[in-house]
Amino acid sequence: MNGFFDLPSDLQHSYLGLVGLHLREALLPVLAGLLVALPIAQLCARFRWIYPPVLGLTTVLYSIPSLAFFVVLIDYFGQSETTVMIPLAVYSLVVLVPGIVDGVRSVPRETLAAAEAMGFGPLRRYLQVQLPIAAPAIIAGLRVAVVSSLSLVSVGMLIGNQGALGNMLYDANTYHRPALAVNSVLTTAVLGILADALLVLLRRLLTPWMPRKGATR
Amino acid sequence: MFGVLIRIDAVTKRYPDGTVAVDRLSLDIPDRAITVLVGPSGCGKTTTLRMINRMVEPTEGSILLDGADIRQQPVNSLRRSMGYVIQNAGLFQHRTILDNIATVPRLLGWSKPKARGRAAELMERVGLDTSLAKRYPYQLSGGQQQRVGVARALAADPPVLLMDEPFSAVDPVVRKGLQDELLRIQDELGKTIVFVTHDIDEAIKLGTMVAVLRTGGRLAQFAPPAELLSEPADTFVEDFLGADRGIRRLSFFPSDELPLQTGPLVRLDADAAQRTARSDAPYLLVTDADGRPLGWAEPDRPLDRERLLDHGRPFRPGADSLRTALDGAVLSPTGWAVAVDGDGRAVGVVSQQVIGEAIRAAHGRAGAGVKAAR
Amino acid sequence: MNVLDFAHSFFGDPAHWHGYDGIPTRLVEHITYSLEALLLAAVIALPVGLVTGHYGRGGNALALIATAGRALPSFGLLVLMFIWLGFGLVPVMIPLVVLAVPPILVTTYEAMRSVDPSPVDAARGMGMSEARVLFQVEVPVALPLILSGLRTAAIQIISTATIAAYVSLGGLGRYIIDGLYQRDYEKVVGGATLVAALALATLALFWAASRLAVSRGVRGSA
Repeated sequence: MNGFFDLPSDLQHSYLGLVGLHLREALLPVLAGLLVALPIAQLCARFRWIYPPVLGLTTVLYSIPSLAFFVVLIDYFGQSETTVMIPLAVYSLVVLVPGIVDGVRSVPRETLAAAEAMGFGPLRRYLQVQLPIAAPAIIAGLRVAVVSSLSLVSVGMLIGNQGALGNMLYDANTYHRPALAVNSVLTTAVLGILADALLVLLRRLLTPWMPRKGATR
Repeated sequence: MFGVLIRIDAVTKRYPDGTVAVDRLSLDIPDRAITVLVGPSGCGKTTTLRMINRMVEPTEGSILLDGADIRQQPVNSLRRSMGYVIQNAGLFQHRTILDNIATVPRLLGWSKPKARGRAAELMERVGLDTSLAKRYPYQLSGGQQQRVGVARALAADPPVLLMDEPFSAVDPVVRKGLQDELLRIQDELGKTIVFVTHDIDEAIKLGTMVAVLRTGGRLAQFAPPAELLSEPADTFVEDFLGADRGIRRLSFFPSDELPLQTGPLVRLDADAAQRTARSDAPYLLVTDADGRPLGWAEPDRPLDRERLLDHGRPFRPGADSLRTALDGAVLSPTGWAVAVDGDGRAVGVVSQQVIGEAIRAAHGRAGAGVKAAR
Repeated sequence: MNVLDFAHSFFGDPAHWHGYDGIPTRLVEHITYSLEALLLAAVIALPVGLVTGHYGRGGNALALIATAGRALPSFGLLVLMFIWLGFGLVPVMIPLVVLAVPPILVTTYEAMRSVDPSPVDAARGMGMSEARVLFQVEVPVALPLILSGLRTAAIQIISTATIAAYVSLGGLGRYIIDGLYQRDYEKVVGGATLVAALALATLALFWAASRLAVSRGVRGSA
């Protein structure tokens, strides 16, 4: 009787509206996480002693359940999108920092020395040598961050219907319409797979210098 | 002189994509000797080696071990009866040196104490200090790791040793030490060794027999190293041997028949009369009181230890080849080489010219020998 | 009141320390769910990862499965399973296992692929059987990475097992969900603190396990 994409009116959004909302709630935090992670990782790579405590702190943050994180933030930001997005940004940060640090550290010492000898300043060296060589590691981190962020947005449903596609789960449960839950799960999964594929494509474009897997016999 | 232990009989290895790695290769690998497979990359030498322990199965042909087809026995028991040494040693990083060496004895069901006792014995045999027994591979130098690799291959006392470019990844000085060690161990143990290398000098130094393979996996020549140098089968082998094969061939001619002159030998404390008695020689070789060479002097000048000419590297008649003797003469400013005994005492001198005559005589004999053998 | 005050009053309340809603009961429930899910995931993912890694085949298919597994939202899957299967442990186990399989699978595969091929070649050349090569040569060297995959999976399970409370099961999530509905932040903070503490204890356990199980030769050369 109901089309797969006909949503109950209490969701206040069309299907595509929810998809847009979901993408915004998931991707903005990843972007924020990346912008904070880059300088932190650079500091960790440069001053080695910072890395272990940073790693410890990020691990503790990562082990806080998202739901608890949301609930605590309600006190400060109400039942809003901000409350959902802050924990997601923190998780992204946590996933990205170790990957970027390893990537930056994987730049061979000789390469850096060569860049210095050719007269690269610190900023140029960072942008033109370290960052490109660390790109595969950064993108690997982004793949995990983006997919887990897309998955976690749904939990926001529990704090005043801030879960975008996750809000369909509430209706599915309340009106006992499993199709809505299937729709929510599948749409989220498809978004995740698409985002992942786009990131893989991005890596291919950014790193033509990397040996292709399976090229050797 | 040697029996045949491994017979490679018209073996071909063709990969599914059509590449032929080994092409109808036949080789009789002699018992208790070192057979070296040498050739440029892509000549199928490693493939051939790996077919002997069935790491690679031939597409056509067969390999006989002691007269029996190697496919008749279970693959793992075949492999346990053959030591296997590879480049970079391939040690197990999670096991101590002692347990690495004890691996095959343990596979064969030896008790742990017995296998470890055997491993300790082998560490000494390959020149490793037993204090390294409890170390892990990462704590050893490349040369030491390679010695562990050899010890591990010898642990169960297999009759056959397969070595795949075992010394290619270490520096030249260490490599020479490992090669000498292998020859010494082979003198003691008399294994049947099949040795793969791309280094022709290594092949000539180690091989009792050398098989030169060409790209595409075909045999170019199978001969003892001296014959290879004197009678390369074709231009491929000749090019592969390099420009100085004539000089290198001298390594196979002994120096003990060189006529030595003792006239020019004088002690540092000799008086003028003793020196003038030798004035027919253009130079005098000055020795210390024990007879060890110090350097060259001109006969009509007073002896001054500070002003002697360097005598270059001396050779030992019998132990060293004509190549070493010629090298000594070429490097000496006087054009004369110095012969010493085992204790380093001068026993005579010989001129470049005399060495040249000896080389011509030796070539004549060797040429006649090779022809007679055919 | 800040977060520390909430935690202090939660743990200071003697009523939270016994009974069916006491901390010990909830902690045991949470550990039980997590362990069961981790074991199930390991039983599924470890053999597949070991075998595909050993033979070096199927890496692309594995990556595809792992991506799909990661993309499935745990919470959505939980609600869907609850609607389909009703009350019980199975609707909780499914999303937790789906969550835990990808990291174990991918890390185990990568760990096996990263093993230096020359000792493996040497082992075959010495006449070790394939099973021996796998368990005596490859796994000991791959172990640190394999353990790190299990550790990542364990941490994610512990953190995500809180959502079991949404479908009326127990565990530490009870405090968070109940706290949310009752506007009792004390409970939420207390529950979150307990989950984080459990995760850290798990990290310590994995650290100890790797000290015990990983050979000194592997640790030294890493």
